[in-house]
Amino acid sequence: MIETIALRKAYAAPLTRRRAGSGDATRSGPVLALDGLDIAIQPGEFFGLLGPNGAGKTTTIGILTTRVRATSGQAFVAGVDVASHGELVRRRIGVVPQRPNPDRGLSVLENLLFHGAYFCLPRAFTAQRSGQLLEQLGISDKADAKVDELSGGQQQRLMIARALLHEPQVIFLDEPTVGLDPQARLSLWEILRTLHRDGRTIVMTTHYMEEADQLCGRLAIVDQGRLLACDTPAALKARAPGETLIDLQLDRPADGASDACRAVPGVSRVDVSDHDVRAYCMRGGEALPGLIKAVEAHGHTVRNINLAKPSLETLFIALTGRRLD
Amino acid sequence: MIDDTRVTASDVFVAMLARDLRVARREIGFTLVRTLMQPTLLMIVFGYLLPKMQMLPRAYVTTLLPGVLAVSLALSAVQSVALPMVASFGATREIEDRLLAPLATHLVALELVVVGVIQGIVAGLIVLPLGRVIMGTVPGLTLSSLGLTLGMMILSASAFSTLGLWLGCAVNVNQIGLMFSFIVAPMLFFGCTYYPWDGLHVVPWLQKAVLLNPLVYVSEGMRGVLTPGVPHMDPAVVAFALTGVTVIAWWFGLRAFYKRAVG
Repeated sequence: MIETIALRKAYAAPLTRRRAGSGDATRSGPVLALDGLDIAIQPGEFFGLLGPNGAGKTTTIGILTTRVRATSGQAFVAGVDVASHGELVRRRIGVVPQRPNPDRGLSVLENLLFHGAYFCLPRAFTAQRSGQLLEQLGISDKADAKVDELSGGQQQRLMIARALLHEPQVIFLDEPTVGLDPQARLSLWEILRTLHRDGRTIVMTTHYMEEADQLCGRLAIVDQGRLLACDTPAALKARAPGETLIDLQLDRPADGASDACRAVPGVSRVDVSDHDVRAYCMRGGEALPGLIKAVEAHGHTVRNINLAKPSLETLFIALTGRRLD
Repeated sequence: MIDDTRVTASDVFVAMLARDLRVARREIGFTLVRTLMQPTLLMIVFGYLLPKMQMLPRAYVTTLLPGVLAVSLALSAVQSVALPMVASFGATREIEDRLLAPLATHLVALELVVVGVIQGIVAGLIVLPLGRVIMGTVPGLTLSSLGLTLGMMILSASAFSTLGLWLGCAVNVNQIGLMFSFIVAPMLFFGCTYYPWDGLHVVPWLQKAVLLNPLVYVSEGMRGVLTPGVPHMDPAVVAFALTGVTVIAWWFGLRAFYKRAVG
């Protein structure tokens, strides 16, 4: 259904701000947003692209939806090459953007009616389906309202209605729940689950672990334009190292403490960076007192402690060395 | 499942045009005020008050109308394309829905230009009768010269609508104010709007320099068709220049549009 082959995208350096904390601030030349991405998505899948900001998720969606031109590599959607047959691809996809971009000159219903006209749908069909979609998405009472009168969540639903109106084979959602309140987020999840049950292919980007875990049948973890892992959430979680991850934040640079921490029973791996000690522990919380003693023996004081159970998050940290946020 | 084969570029194009015209129709009151305010004030002061005070010769009026018409038409065409485009590519991202429609990107741009041409001509048609009312009989404003006037208006609106495409893509939201101070204001005052180009021979270097200003050709073109008695450029030269401006602005505008539309 969707395939990318060695997809690369380089942006001119001054246009793209590198993610803070990723180092290499002085790097010159083009910035690689995608660095040889290979993904294959089957029909009917609910596929997630998981990664931090700047990982290349939005660029990937941009290329697949014909809005961004790849520097090299190939991408196919519904069997069509996105680079050479953009119009054909656009007929077959629906796109829900990161930030709602409804037509503010039109009412809610008109947004759908004109979108239908852009796709040359018969008028009667568009009218009927628009009503149906607004009903399904719980905003039928807003049909004649101006777009500006809608809340953020309602605008997001309008975007989903618009993306579905022309019955696309694939729906792309770029961080659809960013900026939604918890209730709106849960309700959007329900809508997406229903769409998936109806047999649609869904591709979603997110940087929320829980969202990816709950919704997606298969997940690609991307960072700095590369695919780090791709599997079902359960299989990915099983790959997470150790059982529990303990982060200790110390009062001063932690160098020297790592050997002592590694000697604590149950600890399988220790990473030290600056003030932080990160330990992967086989026996979970049991190792905690030993770790605290070990760093205190080196004259450090523990400022903060963070425990994470094996999850997509611990896998992500193990793969990339940093948290998702 | 939607039937792919039913999608034709002309239908999509017409649908977008219908959308823009519907929104324009809704804003007709606002458009009227915006279009009429400046020419009305100009014509009252320069076309009526100053001649009545005998500070300007009565003949000056006939020089003024073509310029006023040119300004209204050109500004309306350029603004109706550039301003929404700056917002659409900037804050609202409204244009995405069109860019994701099954229409080639250059046709999306062309549709926006066509809307600008229509808005420019409408502005011209609104101002013309006003000029007639305030300034009395206009020599070229007869039924027989209507075709020529309309042709000149279409050429002028095309030039400024494509310039709007270029500007709208090249300018960021925070540069709009700057654009008006640095581009639009000099263009208006050195656009041969309030004096015929021929009169500029008193400052020869300026007479040559203003030839770079596309508004000069609109003003001179209008002068040629509306007030043939006043010195004016040869309409053929004007038509050639306006066509040239349209081609160049479309070439650069489309490149800029692609740059904004496809990352």
